Amino acid sequence: MRPRQQRMLAVTAVVVGIAIAATLVLRALDENMMYFFGPAEIAEGLAPQGEPFRLGGLVVEGSVQREPGSLEAIFDVTDNVATVTVSYTGVFPDLFKEGKGVIANGKLRDDGIFVAHEVLAKHDENYMSPEVAKMLEEKGHPAGVTTVIED
Amino acid sequence: MWNWFHKLASPPHFYRIASAFEPWLLWLAIACMLTGAYGGLVLAPADHVQGDGFRIIYVHVPAAFLSMFSYALMAVASGIGLIWRMKLAFSVAAATAPVGAAFTFLALVTGAIWGQPMWGSYWEWDPRLTSELILLFLFLGYIFLRQALAETRQADRASGILALVGVVNLPIIHYSVEWWNSIHQGPSLIKLEAPSITTDMLWPLLAMIIGYQLLFLAILMTSVRTQVLQREQNARWITEQLGTENIHG
Amino acid sequence: MNEFLDMGGYAKYVWSTYSISLIVLTLTVVLCKRTLTNTRKRVLRRQASLKESQT
Repeated sequence: MRPRQQRMLAVTAVVVGIAIAATLVLRALDENMMYFFGPAEIAEGLAPQGEPFRLGGLVVEGSVQREPGSLEAIFDVTDNVATVTVSYTGVFPDLFKEGKGVIANGKLRDDGIFVAHEVLAKHDENYMSPEVAKMLEEKGHPAGVTTVIED
Repeated sequence: MWNWFHKLASPPHFYRIASAFEPWLLWLAIACMLTGAYGGLVLAPADHVQGDGFRIIYVHVPAAFLSMFSYALMAVASGIGLIWRMKLAFSVAAATAPVGAAFTFLALVTGAIWGQPMWGSYWEWDPRLTSELILLFLFLGYIFLRQALAETRQADRASGILALVGVVNLPIIHYSVEWWNSIHQGPSLIKLEAPSITTDMLWPLLAMIIGYQLLFLAILMTSVRTQVLQREQNARWITEQLGTENIHG
Repeated sequence: MNEFLDMGGYAKYVWSTYSISLIVLTLTVVLCKRTLTNTRKRVLRRQASLKESQT
């Protein structure tokens, strides 16, 4: 290869690399900033109807109802301002728990129920043994109070 | 101080120091990592939420930390090389890239395997995950760019500029979990407040991070020597140096 | 012992991440050392041939 060809190849490689990087960044930001809504925003009517987006919040305690004999389940998601009911058919991640953070991908149905095709659990950055967690809870500082979704 | 610095920056001197330190760093690294792995797998208690699954933290966080540390070092070395025309700095930058790529790959793979049971997904186009993937592409781009440019001086300059441009990605990786709605949790360790992890779980993590750091330095001592040899292959000191090395085995 | 290997049901996740880390890190160390050995040999040969052509 001639030096000039080498330089051209190098420049092309950099341009292609930066283009891929930029595409990935935009894709990630798109999905997360444009298409992320909490229950309060849905209540205000900000979320798109019939378009897929992400719903984030906390699973309401005692709201998870599983259909016996199937993978169908419904549960409520709240941000302590408003609440949205989510319907989901599938396997839940291990960390999906009542009172904990959740992110659901799906669409809003006409009747106001969010039909999720994917449910992800969001956990916090606190690591401790069950004994420590229990001790903290007894002292009145519940372990792992989720601080998600506050925008 | 400056005298010492100048001496260290001279390739023959650095070559000798690197040869002497490399085995020590490697054995210390192995000792730290074995201690960390034993502490993490056996001594540390299971997590109150993730159970024994949280033990992946001991291989995930050190790899992620070193991926960013390597990139920072590569960029600083490139900057020093570009500004002061220092050959040794470019050697360090070029030697860092493949190791950094390996750490980034490990951070991504261990993170994916961790994400599957906990979050419910191997991969999400999430800010934290995507920016770490871009870090891998930056390392690979740097390596391919150097390979495409046969002339060392030209390769040093072009890849050095790429390394400096890519620095913007580092704060994006670190703050992505705060700036955007990320599935990834916030930092447990590197923040202003006290770490959000209890001591019995923390010390193996610190031992692992120190072990990874030492291993990185040990590999760097080897790879910088490779770089120096390639660059100085016509220098007289090489014959003498390699001659003594052969005598000692 | 079995309880330890089982990792509370997370065995495949925990052990796969630890094995992949071990393999990748070992491979990195070995490959870097081998590159240095090969480069050293090449440079020695080159210098030897240069010396020959001078005399």
